Amino acid sequence: MAETSNASASEAQAPDAAAPLLDVRDLAVHFPIKRGVLLDRTVGHVYAVDGVSLQVRRGETYGLVGESGCGKSTLGRAILRLVDPTAGTVEFDGVDVAQLAGERLRTMRRRFQMVFQDPMSSLDPRQSVESLLREGIQAHGLSRGAEGDGARLRELVDSVGLPVAALRRYPHEFSGGQRQRIGIARALSVEPDLIVADEPVSALDVSVQAQVLNLLGRLQAELGLTYLVIAHDLAVVRHVSDRVGVMYLGGLVEEAPSQALYATRSTRTRRRCCRPSRCRTLIWRTAGSGSCSPATCRPRRHRRRGAVSTPAARGGSRRAATPNVPSCGWCRAHPTATGWPATGPRRSAAARCSHTGWSRRWRPMTCSGPALCPSTPVR
Amino acid sequence: MTTAQRTDDTRGGGPTAEPLLSVRDLRVAFQRKGEPETVAVDGVSFDVAPGQVVGLVGESGCGKSVTSMAIMRLLPERGVRVSGSVMMDGTDLLTLSDTQMRERRGRDMSMVFQDPLTSLNPVIPVGLQVTEVLRRHRGMNSDAARKAAVELLDRVGIPDPRRRLDSYPHQMSGGMRQRALIAIALACSPRLLIADEPTTALDVTIQAQILELLRELVRETGAALVMITHDLGVVAGLCETVNVLYAGRIVERAQRHRLFGTPRHPYTHGLLRSIPRMDSPQGEELPAIRGSVVDNVPWDHACAFAPRCPRSLDVCVEVTPAGETSGGRLLRCHNPVPASAE
Amino acid sequence: MAPPYGAVPLSASELIGGGMMLRFVVRRLLQVLPTLLLLSIVVFAWLRSLPGGPATAFLGDRATPESIAELNRLMGLDQPIWVQYGRFLGRVVTGDFGTSSITGQPVLDEIGRALPATIELSIAALVLAVGLGIPLGYVAARYRGRPLDVATVIGTLVGVAVPVFFLGYVLKDVFAVDLGWFPPSGRQSVAVDATNVTGFAVLDGFLTREFDASLDALRHLVLPAITLATIPLAVIVRITRASVLDVLGSDFVRTANSKGLAPGTIRGRHVLRNALLPVSTTIGLQVGLLLAGAVLTERVFVWGGIGTLLADAITLRDYPRLQAVLLLGALVYVLVNLLVDLSYAIIDPRVRLS
Repeated sequence: MAETSNASASEAQAPDAAAPLLDVRDLAVHFPIKRGVLLDRTVGHVYAVDGVSLQVRRGETYGLVGESGCGKSTLGRAILRLVDPTAGTVEFDGVDVAQLAGERLRTMRRRFQMVFQDPMSSLDPRQSVESLLREGIQAHGLSRGAEGDGARLRELVDSVGLPVAALRRYPHEFSGGQRQRIGIARALSVEPDLIVADEPVSALDVSVQAQVLNLLGRLQAELGLTYLVIAHDLAVVRHVSDRVGVMYLGGLVEEAPSQALYATRSTRTRRRCCRPSRCRTLIWRTAGSGSCSPATCRPRRHRRRGAVSTPAARGGSRRAATPNVPSCGWCRAHPTATGWPATGPRRSAAARCSHTGWSRRWRPMTCSGPALCPSTPVR
Repeated sequence: MTTAQRTDDTRGGGPTAEPLLSVRDLRVAFQRKGEPETVAVDGVSFDVAPGQVVGLVGESGCGKSVTSMAIMRLLPERGVRVSGSVMMDGTDLLTLSDTQMRERRGRDMSMVFQDPLTSLNPVIPVGLQVTEVLRRHRGMNSDAARKAAVELLDRVGIPDPRRRLDSYPHQMSGGMRQRALIAIALACSPRLLIADEPTTALDVTIQAQILELLRELVRETGAALVMITHDLGVVAGLCETVNVLYAGRIVERAQRHRLFGTPRHPYTHGLLRSIPRMDSPQGEELPAIRGSVVDNVPWDHACAFAPRCPRSLDVCVEVTPAGETSGGRLLRCHNPVPASAE
Repeated sequence: MAPPYGAVPLSASELIGGGMMLRFVVRRLLQVLPTLLLLSIVVFAWLRSLPGGPATAFLGDRATPESIAELNRLMGLDQPIWVQYGRFLGRVVTGDFGTSSITGQPVLDEIGRALPATIELSIAALVLAVGLGIPLGYVAARYRGRPLDVATVIGTLVGVAVPVFFLGYVLKDVFAVDLGWFPPSGRQSVAVDATNVTGFAVLDGFLTREFDASLDALRHLVLPAITLATIPLAVIVRITRASVLDVLGSDFVRTANSKGLAPGTIRGRHVLRNALLPVSTTIGLQVGLLLAGAVLTERVFVWGGIGTLLADAITLRDYPRLQAVLLLGALVYVLVNLLVDLSYAIIDPRVRLS
């Protein structure tokens, strides 16, 4: 199982396997909080995305999980330049998209497309499917004349599993799953390289989710697409992704191949859930649907307390210092001891446990784990 | 089959325990002017024993929410036809007058809704929304109700409950709002609690907390819980008996472990297989159910699921399958998945 | 020390208090100044671009060009427009809006005398529109689809569509001229000897204990108030009805029902309060339209208010009076909307004043 997916991944990487298709470095999106009597002045920032770096290889599916408010959707939008990043670079096929503007950005947009969560509100209700699909083709100069376009449109709806008659119909005439297929066809119409799918199945009925996930997988195999899938359901993300990144409060707190996520859920699940190391991910796994349901895990032991604290409220203290995050004893006792400077945008994405000085990228930010933290109680 | 019979729990819809709630042949039809009648719930029957947790599962439009609203008598009067019976304490709720029903709602039976933000009045402090139930059904004065409300909020795990009484819903997080809604539902210690997708609008991590809270509360108070959800994960963790609804009818009912272990109806079977699991092989095609609810056919002279069913026979589009009970499992299918399939 | 588990910090909206409110009011008032300045430029330029002018209006069509030029020179209208505007602005800063070219009296004095009449009429119309509109809209929504509702909906359609002018004359002909129930015009009967204290005829009667004068003023007020109230009434009924229907179908009303609350509690506490949110915005907008309607209504009922001042000023091209009245109208409009925003923040805790 592992071999087959590796094989297909390396095939897709064939052209220039070395360079990733998408290379995000230290990306930050800060939204100013404005206040003032007569003229607005900025009194603070919401650190929606704060120093995220990630690479997505050609033909790969990168999954991004996190609960709502963690910045995963903002990150997706910043990569597509639907919001402007505050700092950092987004290299797409060697070009820094964060610096592009005007016509060059518009041309570039053809190569990365988005699939939205709610297919009803993201499709113009007054346009037929045909004109929805034709729009992008014409905007990017991909038109091949009336005949060629017609053939292309038929091919598109066919590839997402809809009848050709669907072209003449309007979005409200379709069911949720079919609308999401139209959304996918719209994204495909401009022949993109990268598709960012933001919660592609969470608005759909359970019995239809699998169809859409299968469709995404089939299209990837056929067209050599690269996906960035954003979702809150770890089981879904794990199923479709080659690698998974976990976001919390605007930062990437863990990244692992999805097989590794699988491997940790073994007979030892219960014990590992209680380890502070990688705690964000583990809590997810047990809370989410799928086999690791509350029935099979003892939820009381790793139940998270409280909700996500707001990124604006956390001030200068490290992520680990927010009361919601289970962390090692030392970190809990010294919430503001060190960490990020209290003012100014934070540039570095490297996690650094205040206690151990651990700073390797992609290691958990909350805590570097019991092995390195002397005050973790021995279990 | 022998093992199945041995593990069959008598409480699982069986008649031995005196049921608290007994729904018989419930039918809800919506009638709009100039349009044919649409039947949302088509002869649903189930029992809920005191202290039992019963699940109603199905996708959107299967009639699960309408069922709960019909039991609570919360459907609008105009354009809706409800028939059958909903017995509780020896009386048929459907025959009660509006005033009598208002006396029972909130006191004997209450409900937790899906979206805690829209289900709470946005312009009234949360405290008042809790105390008004107590004052209505318990006849408390405002001081006593306030004290009781603080205890209730504390019990459902809302920190600093005294201050939270004066908060407005928008000032609370989604999880806190759902806790407040649960506090309102539990205010008068009802014997029946109906939870309609109580976790769907919440974050995954918060979902687990809310489910755990419901589990605790049901255990402590001995209330019966009817859990309405589309999420099989929720059902797996909470419900003893599970009813699977499809197009307004119960297609399968069994004990939780038997339903998940050996699903017999092709719909249940397909649903369970189509959900990605943490231990399923990564990247492979999921065995999806084909089509969607729009492909359904009416129940008369056919099985509504037949057009989407991988096991459908000729008889499935000619004869309506009858619900047959054997060994504590209700099954409505001409060609069920063999018990040894999994 | 680590904060205790679960101690979620209060959100910013919880911190709205008197301070926020005051800051909001100050901020909005400061924004009024540039608005008025811009508006004064527009009004000034617009007036000068109208065909004809005060001189033509006074001297008639047969006046010689020389005499018109002479009169224009006397009134300072021969100078470039920006010089005129500069002088106007200079005087306005000191509180001098000039003298009316019709009566020769200071414009502010004229407005001061006419304002109470218009305010009295507008308040009467508003009370009528709000006091009748909200209950009517609510009842229509509650009995949706029944004959009462259908009649209300049709009635409001007619109410919105009928021209103020036409309605005024019909009411006057039927109830004043034919039936003689109400006086046809004016604010007070000549026969009644009323003392003027505040300029508000009804109020004055009470203050001076001349209750017959109050009654007389009220009788005069009925027909103009109905005329002026018709359109706002119809609009408020429609908005209230739609808003109540919206709230009746909302999740929290379903929750209230699931709690078994008494119908009266649900209506008052849960339905009406939420339904009034959009209605309050509508009322604010309608106040602005009342000013426009007042011009026509005052004309029909010979009501000596701002509307009459404005109408005369337009016919006779009385620039100083026009400028003052138009700016006053704008000021009232802005202030009323500020009040609406404030009331909104009081009714709806979710609104953040910023």
